[in-house]
Amino acid sequence: METNLAPLLPSAEVVLTALSVLLLDLFIRKDEKGLLVWISLIGLALAGGMALFLWGSHEGAFQDSILLDDFALFFTELFLGAAAITILSSVHYVRETNIHEGEFYALVLLSTFGMILMAAANDLILFFLGLETMSIGVYILTGMWRERSQASEAAMKYFLIGAFATGFLLYGIALIYGAAGSTHLGRIASALGQTKSHGSIILSAGVFLLFVGLAFKVAAVPFHFWVPDVYDGAPTPVSAFMAVAVKAAAFAGWARIFLYQLSPLQSEWTLPLKALAILTMTVGNLLAISQSSVKRMLAYSSIAHAGYLLIALVAGGESGGQALLFYLLSYAAMTFGAFGVLIALKEGENDHEAYSDFAGLGFKRPFLGMAMSLFMLSLAGFPPLAGFTGKFYLFRSAVVAGHIDLAIIGALNSLLSVVYYLRVIVMMYMEEGGAEGKPFARAPYLYLAIAIAVLGTVYLGVLPAPALDLSRISFISLH
Amino acid sequence: MAPLNYYLVLSAIIFAIGVAGVVIRRNFIVILLSIELMLNAVNLTFIAFARYLGSMEGQVIVFFVMTVAAAEAVVGLAIIISIFRHRRSLDPREMQLLKW
Repeated sequence: METNLAPLLPSAEVVLTALSVLLLDLFIRKDEKGLLVWISLIGLALAGGMALFLWGSHEGAFQDSILLDDFALFFTELFLGAAAITILSSVHYVRETNIHEGEFYALVLLSTFGMILMAAANDLILFFLGLETMSIGVYILTGMWRERSQASEAAMKYFLIGAFATGFLLYGIALIYGAAGSTHLGRIASALGQTKSHGSIILSAGVFLLFVGLAFKVAAVPFHFWVPDVYDGAPTPVSAFMAVAVKAAAFAGWARIFLYQLSPLQSEWTLPLKALAILTMTVGNLLAISQSSVKRMLAYSSIAHAGYLLIALVAGGESGGQALLFYLLSYAAMTFGAFGVLIALKEGENDHEAYSDFAGLGFKRPFLGMAMSLFMLSLAGFPPLAGFTGKFYLFRSAVVAGHIDLAIIGALNSLLSVVYYLRVIVMMYMEEGGAEGKPFARAPYLYLAIAIAVLGTVYLGVLPAPALDLSRISFISLH
Repeated sequence: MAPLNYYLVLSAIIFAIGVAGVVIRRNFIVILLSIELMLNAVNLTFIAFARYLGSMEGQVIVFFVMTVAAAEAVVGLAIIISIFRHRRSLDPREMQLLKW
């Protein structure tokens, strides 16, 4: 039997880059570590090129347990982009904080590899392995600023809760295996089609546990309590990476498993998922209002956005899938941007994460002020920015699927979120005496990352058609 | 051979003990052990199903799970050491720098 290795190409490239970064790190002097940034970026670009080259193919490897379809490739590109922006925005951060550079970049790359595997996995065990590769990498990244007590604490909390959730997820997989006789998603789906009565309690329990495990990973309320602490304590670029890429990976798995392969069970989990979406949006937004730290506010806002994304999962179907993928793109751009500006405010030991530190930023650093205003408006859902277009399609998919109540609650929630997003803008332009913010000369890579995020936010808002087509094509390729 | 249900009930009980340990105990190392207990309960489920279904898949999966559990334990212990260096304590109740 011949093994088709093509589906593994982009992810293999990422692993190779990670290993070369790790090895090279041993042999170069501390002032030459900038080289590692370039190697990582070139590796990511190569992997991105491979994924583009493979676009449109539909292949499987290892008895179809890894699939190479447009859906997997879409997410591959998203994760590669997220990793590249994370690396760009952490270049200055890791030097200031004495984090070991080589290991940091290598771990970002290895987590990215895990995410790619999650999006491409067509077998629950492979999905689990991808998830663990990603999670273990991110646990370490969270605690990498070892001199800081908060970082260790955040890593501990993240690790305990992540491992706990893993236990549930794995138990769910075991029960599904018992009921369906296989962990391969295609065979589970066909087993579902054949018999309804056989082992149905075990199957339901398994799906429920899998559901809980994934809900922990996407930080849906009531499984969200770790998010603010972990995002707060982790190095800021890692928080951004977690908020965007880890969440996107969990949603990718969720979409492939629940929206496609296990869709015969849809009627069973629509109601709990709907409750989860409403709770997540509302609780996330309500708690975000009362925060005094912008970093914690962004953590709660990422919970609220997970709630919006859950709407797409409830809606399902083509419009739901399209909205999910497009919103993940927009969310990635604006969240990376907002965290990027937060990184730019850091000076030495002082993080400058409170609202008051943003005071007067609009006059002191006009570019940062302008960029942050754009991200906040986009997160709140103002037209013509990415957040508006994304939310429009999310709510539309809910209406198309007949969940008008969900669309209304979502719209009310985004109205609520305006309160705390606008507070940042008010601070930046109407108060005085906050932090200085790094000038361009001191952090060129960070400015580049923010500029990319600005471009993404504006482009996806003004000209959404190409990205929407891309999202639709990618989602359809699942079927 | 004992019926399948016996194994499933036993592994469910072990899993529940693990969950209870994570929730109740007040020492990171014991919590880590409880998580390992949860994963091993899952392994037992896999093995029982593999025997019942007569498929090798479940037995192979157990090796993967054991590897992952080992990797997780390594990282967990490293984080425990780093936290112990900061505060000379392994009590979760003392993690107050970030409010839960």
